[in-house]
Amino acid sequence: MSAAGRLRYLFGVHIAGRAALRFERLRSEHKMRSRESWRHRHLERPLDVSPRLKELISRHYLTGRYANGARKVAWVTSGAPIEVLTALNIFPIYPENHGAVCGIRRTAEEYCKHAEAAGYSRDLCSYARTDIGSILSGKTPVGRLPRPDVLICCTNICQTVLYWYQVLAHHFGVPLVIIDTPFLYREAPSHAVAFVKNQIEDSIPVLERIAGRSLSHGRLRDVTRMSRDACELWLRIVESGRMKPSPITAFDQFIHLAPIVEMRGHRYTVDYYASMLRELNTRVGRGMGALKDERKRLLWDNLPIWFRVRWLGDLLAERGVSLVASTYTNAWAELADMIDPERPLDSCASVYLHPILNRGTGHKLETMKRMIDYYEVDGVLLHSDRSCKPYSIGQLPQRESLSSEAGVPALLIEADHNDPRSFSEEQVRNRLDAFLEVLGV
Amino acid sequence: MIEAGALGLDAGSTTVKLVAVDEAGTMVWHRVEETEPDLTSQVEELLESTRKLLHRVDELPLIATGYGRGLVKQAGRKVTEITCHARGAYQWSGGGGTLIDIGGQDTKAMIMDRSGAVTNFVMNDKCAAGTGRFLEVCARRLRLSLDELSSTALSTETEVSISSTCTVFAESEIISLIAGGHPVPEIVRGLHRALLGRVGSLARGAGLRPPVMLSGGVAQSRAVRMLLAEELQCEVKSFSEPQLTGAYGAALLGLA
Ligand code: SF4
Repeated sequence: MSAAGRLRYLFGVHIAGRAALRFERLRSEHKMRSRESWRHRHLERPLDVSPRLKELISRHYLTGRYANGARKVAWVTSGAPIEVLTALNIFPIYPENHGAVCGIRRTAEEYCKHAEAAGYSRDLCSYARTDIGSILSGKTPVGRLPRPDVLICCTNICQTVLYWYQVLAHHFGVPLVIIDTPFLYREAPSHAVAFVKNQIEDSIPVLERIAGRSLSHGRLRDVTRMSRDACELWLRIVESGRMKPSPITAFDQFIHLAPIVEMRGHRYTVDYYASMLRELNTRVGRGMGALKDERKRLLWDNLPIWFRVRWLGDLLAERGVSLVASTYTNAWAELADMIDPERPLDSCASVYLHPILNRGTGHKLETMKRMIDYYEVDGVLLHSDRSCKPYSIGQLPQRESLSSEAGVPALLIEADHNDPRSFSEEQVRNRLDAFLEVLGV
Repeated sequence: MIEAGALGLDAGSTTVKLVAVDEAGTMVWHRVEETEPDLTSQVEELLESTRKLLHRVDELPLIATGYGRGLVKQAGRKVTEITCHARGAYQWSGGGGTLIDIGGQDTKAMIMDRSGAVTNFVMNDKCAAGTGRFLEVCARRLRLSLDELSSTALSTETEVSISSTCTVFAESEIISLIAGGHPVPEIVRGLHRALLGRVGSLARGAGLRPPVMLSGGVAQSRAVRMLLAEELQCEVKSFSEPQLTGAYGAALLGLA
């Protein structure tokens, strides 16, 4: 780490950057407060904490921009155990989250094409293509991504990441740490937990060497506690969708999800979600929903269609349909009580074995049925994501079971989370219109 | 001049259908045209031509359905084909069951309860496999009309197995089968089998419930009705004007 790099980092992130972002946030907050009337016909005004979310995400990418030369950087998969990294002050970049930003900002298609021109198949997950295309073209909507010093790939979401991260390791010439998580058909056998724990333990010396410091167990405990606190708050946030009307939609959750994924283990993340929960509770107290007139409630399965979040949100809101819950955003909430700061490595091994994508399709069906009851939804939207095979597999029979066993209609929407070329607006709109007519709205 | 109570317009991807019903819900007039690229002008002209035939056309409620419904600015309401087909079929059949509509771009299976309400529906996935377009493309490749396609399929008991339900690949498969010396009737029967196998699994996926009714232009084909009955192992009923089911249902919705 160079002195010049550190100076640049200090000035760019902590002095000028923070001040600029803070100013920007205050301006947005002022604008929100002074806006006499929120004009959207169907949606209530956005949460007051929204400008803080923007500030957090911008600060994250700003830190990344100046990180090289000042801090060590790891590129990690969304389900990677990052508590050890955070405790070692290694800065994480999530190519999947960056991919989502590219999806929302509509630059993903260009990067996907770039990757395809370099020979990557269009059948490859569009997050991988977005990431590889962004690296090869040097383009990103977030300014600049730092080069990784290490890569951490955890296979608890899919096998794609294994090959994708090998490509990254080859490209950047940096070490790749793989945490292999055996697939769970039922409860995790103790040998599987031990197997994952061993791998996490084995990664510690590698990461210590890269970080240039040794792991403090006290710090690891604190980080794990903060992770748990944030996940617990997130759980209560998503569960507020149970209220009628729901103060939050899954579309809001998709956006507010960023800190729980990328910034777990930090005090500011816990504070942020605590404020968000307070605000939601106030809204609930006032009987204020995310929609001005909530008539029907739906559950969402799978990743969002990032480039159409707004479009779909408006289409549903117009008809008074609130998407009150999603299996996707629930994934970062449902494991909160497994996190134990007193046993950071053991509980870490358990938690990272149990994501919904590392368990059988039967488990997902049960989760959906539970959510249908808990959130009292009238129907389910199953996004069949062309890119994400592990999330989409089994949706056809699941759709049938949901209608025959859980008694709610379910609609399959064929799309992709990041590649607009696998999305046909007319077809999706037609199916949604028909589905909403069946629901009686 | 005909006295009508409401109009239903089904702007499909292959044909445009306009139906007028009287206050009692009986179809009193209809017209079918091939869909033209400029649908907006086509609809305008179509409505204009009804002025000479129907009383108070401008005062009649007009409900639009079908793919082009968004372009029918004269319509008071726009409703999807699912609701309209089910409404039309219910009026004709008087009960529930499974309604299958093999359309030009979409194939749909709808499950209706005894009161005619749709409780579940499934549509084919994005591509044209399993839709009416598949038969159209095959007919064109074999230089047969759609009627001839049906009689050709029924002129034999044996069939070639066609592996592809992809509309594009089926075309090349036909060419190689002909080149391989297979008789055309066997190929045609095989094509029906491939299409209806797919339609059948769609209907089963929706939760098939007898009786099965078939709507849409393709329902006029006897081969489709017979082979679908074989596929689903139950009777398949149709209506006298199956291609008008959607437009008829739309008009009925206008009466409500
Ligand atoms: S395949 Fe699915 S789980 Fe894997 S990276 Fe892509 S979106 Fe994520």
